[in-house]
Amino acid sequence: MKLTLPWLAEHLETTATVEEICAKLTALGLEVEEVTDPGRALAGFTVARVLEAEPHPHADRLKVCTVATKDGIRRIVCGAPNARAGLWGILATEGLTIPATGKVLERATIRGVESQGMLCSARELGLGDDHTGIIELESEGLEVGMPAAPALGLEGPVLTLKLTPDRADCYGVAGIARDLAAAGLGRLRSRDFRPVPSVGPPGPAIRLDFPEGQEKACPLFVGRIVRGVRNGPSPAWLRHRLEAVGIRPISALVDITNYVTFDLGRPLHVFDADKLEGDLVIRLARPGERLLALDGREYELEPSMTVIADASGPVSLGGIMGGERTGVSATTRDVLLEVALFDPLRTAATGRRLGIESDARTRFERGLDPELVLPATEYATRLILELCGGEPGPAVVAGAVPPRRPPLLFRTAQLARLAGITLPPDEIRAILETLGFGVEGGPETWRLEIPSWRQDVTSEACIVEELTRLHGYERIPPVPVKRCEAVAAPSLNPEQRRRAAVRRTVAAQGLAEAVTWSFVPPPHADLFGGAPVRMENPLSSELSALRPSLLPGLLAVAARNLARKREEGAVFELGPRFTGGRPGEQVWAVAGLRWGRAAPRHWAVAERPVDALDAKADALAALAAAGVRVEAVTTAGEPPAWYHPGRAGRLLLGPGTLATFGELHPRVLAAFDVDAPVVAFEIDLDALPKPKPRIGKARPPLEALPYPPVDRDFAFLVPEELPAQKLLDAVRGAEKRLVREVRLFDVYTGKGLPPGSKSLAVAVRLQSPERTLGEAEIESVARKIVAAAEKACGAQLRR
Amino acid sequence: MELGALKAEIEAAIAAAGSPEALEAVRVAELGRKGRITELVKSLGTLPPEERPRAGQAYNELKREIEAAIAARRAALEAAALEARLARERTDVTLPARERPEGRIHPVSQVTEEIVAIFADMGFTVAEGPDVEDDWHNFEALNIPPEHPARQMQDTFYLESRDAQGQPLLLRTHTSPVQIRTMRAGKPPFRIIAPGRVYRRDYDMTHTPMFHQVEGLVIDRRTHMGHLKGCLTEFVRAFFERDDVPVRFRPSYFPFTEPSAEMDVGCRRSKDELVVGEGSDWLEILGCGMVHPRVLEAVGLDPDVWQGFAFGMGIDRVAMLKYGIPDLRTFFEGDLRWLEHYGFRPLEVPTTFGGLSR
Repeated sequence: MKLTLPWLAEHLETTATVEEICAKLTALGLEVEEVTDPGRALAGFTVARVLEAEPHPHADRLKVCTVATKDGIRRIVCGAPNARAGLWGILATEGLTIPATGKVLERATIRGVESQGMLCSARELGLGDDHTGIIELESEGLEVGMPAAPALGLEGPVLTLKLTPDRADCYGVAGIARDLAAAGLGRLRSRDFRPVPSVGPPGPAIRLDFPEGQEKACPLFVGRIVRGVRNGPSPAWLRHRLEAVGIRPISALVDITNYVTFDLGRPLHVFDADKLEGDLVIRLARPGERLLALDGREYELEPSMTVIADASGPVSLGGIMGGERTGVSATTRDVLLEVALFDPLRTAATGRRLGIESDARTRFERGLDPELVLPATEYATRLILELCGGEPGPAVVAGAVPPRRPPLLFRTAQLARLAGITLPPDEIRAILETLGFGVEGGPETWRLEIPSWRQDVTSEACIVEELTRLHGYERIPPVPVKRCEAVAAPSLNPEQRRRAAVRRTVAAQGLAEAVTWSFVPPPHADLFGGAPVRMENPLSSELSALRPSLLPGLLAVAARNLARKREEGAVFELGPRFTGGRPGEQVWAVAGLRWGRAAPRHWAVAERPVDALDAKADALAALAAAGVRVEAVTTAGEPPAWYHPGRAGRLLLGPGTLATFGELHPRVLAAFDVDAPVVAFEIDLDALPKPKPRIGKARPPLEALPYPPVDRDFAFLVPEELPAQKLLDAVRGAEKRLVREVRLFDVYTGKGLPPGSKSLAVAVRLQSPERTLGEAEIESVARKIVAAAEKACGAQLRR
Repeated sequence: MELGALKAEIEAAIAAAGSPEALEAVRVAELGRKGRITELVKSLGTLPPEERPRAGQAYNELKREIEAAIAARRAALEAAALEARLARERTDVTLPARERPEGRIHPVSQVTEEIVAIFADMGFTVAEGPDVEDDWHNFEALNIPPEHPARQMQDTFYLESRDAQGQPLLLRTHTSPVQIRTMRAGKPPFRIIAPGRVYRRDYDMTHTPMFHQVEGLVIDRRTHMGHLKGCLTEFVRAFFERDDVPVRFRPSYFPFTEPSAEMDVGCRRSKDELVVGEGSDWLEILGCGMVHPRVLEAVGLDPDVWQGFAFGMGIDRVAMLKYGIPDLRTFFEGDLRWLEHYGFRPLEVPTTFGGLSR
C-alpha cells in the first residue's frame, strides 16, 4: 500500500512530521517499508515562464531567452530545442545544487552572453531520463515563482506500507488515518458522504441471481447511472496523486475508481452504460462462458466465479476486473457506477484460478466494509460530477447490507492478564471509540460494537491487541523468564543427546557435516530402495521424492565436489530419512561418505583408495558414540543392494543389524556420474538399543591386575576366503580366563604360501588374575590357541 | 704389591678404558670373582689376627674407591656415547607432519545447539515432531482456515499420500505443528523449543524449498507479553553475544497468535556488510505473540485458564546474520570449501557457561 503525505493530510489533521508519522505507523503494526521524497532535492527550484526566445548571436544551437522569474525578468542562455516563448519551465538559480550532477550552479557566460540561471531538463532534476529538452509544464494553476515540486506534481513524501493481511481497512488512506488518530497523532477528517440528489430515471435494473445457499457470493450490489458525462483526462492533481502511488492515469472516470480504491479502500467499477444490453444480473458463471477483460486477456470462466452479466453474457468478473467490451472510453456519455460486495473467499479463489492480481482483488479478498457501500456510492458520484459533469440518476440497490455482528464482551482484566499492562477506563474508552468501536459499560466489562470495517476483530484477545498496539508495544515492561527449578534438568532427552554426540564424533573422524534436501530425484530414490512417497506438486521432478536414505543426497554432494577437483573428501549427514508417507514414518539416521584417496598425497603415508574398512571405522565410531558396546559388535556380509556385494557388510549386535557399510555399487556410482571409489556407512539411530537412563552413575571398579602380562605371536595359515573374524573369535575363545587381548597384526597372501591360502598373524596378550604365569601354563594356553584355531578355521600354525 | 701402587695402576687402567666393554674388562680383572682386589680380600684369612682389622679396612677402602672410579668412568663413557648418538641422529623437522583430518559441524547444527543452550538456561526442553504432517496439525489447529493464502498450492508441498479423511498429507511449512503435538500429548505447563526442518514451495535468491526453524512455546497460568519481551530480548542478546543489542517489538499478524508481534534487532547496514547490535536500522528477526485462544481450544485447553506465548525463528537466517554467511542456498550444497570455511570444529561445543562461540 502506497500513499503520499498530502493525501494522508486530507484525512488527518496533524502537525506531526513525516518521521513521527512513519515511526507511529510502524509502532501501530502498519510497517513503513520505504519513504521516498522526490521533491526534497528541488527546494529552491521555481517555476518560470519564457517570454521571448531569440537566437544566440554567436552560436547556432543556443538561444537567449527572456524569462519571467521569481526575481523578475532574467536573461538565460539555453540549448534546448524546445525553448520558446510561452513555455512554462523550472528555473535553477545561482547557488542551487543540480540533483542529477550534485554540482552547484554558478554564474556563467556562454559564448559571450551572460546567463542568469538555467532552465532544467527532467534528467537534471533527477526525475527520469528525459534530456531531449527542458521541462514543459502545463500552464494550469501555475504562477511564476511558485516552488517546483507541486508544479511538477510531486506531492511530497511517498510512504510504502507493508500491511498484514488482517488489516483490510488500511488498504485505504482513510483507514490508515483512523489508526493514527486513535494513536493520538491528529484528528480524523471525513470525506463528503452526503447523498447527491438524483435527476431523471434510474439506470438498468439489477438482479442478484444465486442458487440457494450461495447468496453470500454477492449480498449487495449498487448501480448508479450518471448521464451526460465528459470523460477526458483527469485534472493534474488527480493524475499526480495516482502516479505517486504507482497508478497510471487513464481517463477521469477510470482514475476516479482507482482514486476511491486507494482513498477509502473501496474498489469501484464503471461501465459505459450505452454498451450494456438490457438489465444486469449478478450470478455465477456458466460453463463455457468467456470474458475479454480490461487487461486485454480472455479468460475462461468456471461456475464457481461471480460475474456481472447483461443480455449478451458476462461483462465483468465480480471483485476482480471489468470487461473490455463495456469499459468506458473518451466517447462515453452515460456511465454506470458499480459499488458492490463480493465474497472474499470466492474472489480469492477466482483470482488465483485465473491468475489475476488487481487492486480490487487485493481488497475484496481481505474483506471490505459492508457499511461503506452506500456512502462510497455518494462520494464517487460526487467526484464524477465534479470532474466529468453529468446528471446522476437514483442508485439502484440489489440485496442488502449484511447484518452487524453481535457485540463483543470485553473484560478489562484480560489486558493485564495477556499483555501485562493496565490502562485507566477513560483511556480504554477513548482508544476504542476513536477506532470506531461502539463502547458501552465498563470499567470491568465492556460491551463493544465492532466497527463494520474491522472484520478481523473477533475475540477479547483482539481487543487486547488493539489496546496494546495503540498504547504501544514499547511500553510493555519486559519481565525475565527464569527456569522453574534451581537445579538444571537436561533440556535434551537421551536420544537427542545421543544424536548430538554422534554428530560431533563423526565430525571428529574427519567428515564434514552436510545438510541436504529431504527430497531427491525419483531415479536416485530408486537406487536406494525406492521413494517412500512422492510430492503432488514438486518444484521440479529433481526434487519430488522423499528420501529413503541419506546417501543419494551425500553422493550428489560428492559428485559436485569431485567436479570441483576435490579428489578426496568425506562428508556426513544426520537427519531424517523416510519410510512412508504418513506422519511419523521417518527415522533419525546418520550416514557418511568417503571418496577418492584415503588421505591426501603425503610423503609419509602410502597412497591408497578408500576402502570398506574406512567406512567400517566410521560406523564403529558412531556406534560407540551412540552408546553401543562395540566389543560385542560382529560383522557379516549381505549388504543392501546399493553396496558392492563383495566389498561391503553389516554390523550386528546379536541378530540385529545396527549399520551397513562398504563400497558403493559401481552402477550406483555411475548413476551419479561419480568416477572415483566411494565408501559409505549408514546407521538408523532410532533402531539402536535405547539409551538407558541409569540411576546410579558409579562405574564398576577398575580391574588393574598386578601380575605381568605375557605376549605371544602366532602366524596361522588359513583358507583364503576365511573371514578374519572367525579366527579372532577362535583365538579369543581358546582360554577366556587368560586371553586379555588379540590383535591381528599381519595379513599376507602370495609368494611362499600354498595356493588358496593366506597367513593371518595375531598378537595375543595373556594375563592371569591370580598369579604370574609360568612357562608351562603359557605353553598350555598356546597349545589351546593353536588347537582352537585349527578346529574352528582349519588353521595351521606357520613355523 | 704395595696398595698405593696397585690403586694407581688400576686407576690408570680405568682411565684408559675407552669403551663400556673395556671398562667392564677392568672391573672383572680387579673386582670380579677372581679379580685382584677380590683375591686380596680373600687373603685376609692368611694374615695374622692382629693385622687383619687394619688390612681389612685398607682393602675395603680400596675396593670402594675403585668401584666409585669405575662408576664415574662408566657415566662419562655413557654421556660421551649419548653425545655421539645425538650428533648422528637427525630428523628434518621441517617436513610436513602426518595429517589428522578434522571434520566440520554444519552451521545449522551449531547454531541450533547455541539456541538450545540459551533456552535451556531459561528452563526450556527440546521437543520434536514429524516432517510429514496432516492438514489439521499444520493449519487447522493453528487457526489457519482453508482459504488462508499460506495454504495455497504455491506455498505448501503436498504429498501423494492421504490421511484418514482422504486429505493430502504435506511437508510441514513451519515448526508450529510441534506446538500442537506437544500440547496434545502432555499436560500444562509447557516450556519447549522445537528446532527442525520446514518446507515451502519457493526457490530463488533468498528462499530454498527446505530450511530450518525453531519454534518456542510457553504455556502456564500467568505468562504474558511482558514475559515474551523479556524472554526474547534476553535470547537475542545472548545469541548475538552482546548485551547492548537494541530490540523492538512491532504489532503484526499471525493466525495462531493474538496479540501478535514481530521482533526487530538494531543493525547497521552498509553495502556489503550487516552488523547486528549497532547502528540505526532495524532488521526483522522473528515472529511471536500470545497463543491464540482458538489454538488453545483446539488442543483442549481452556483459554480462560491457560495462556502463554509462542515464537518462530529461522535458524539458517540467524546463522547467516551472526556469522556473516551471505547466501542461504549455499547451506545445502555440501561444498567442502564452504563447510571448511563456515563450519565449526567438532569439539567447539557451544555452552552458556563457556561462551557460545569463539
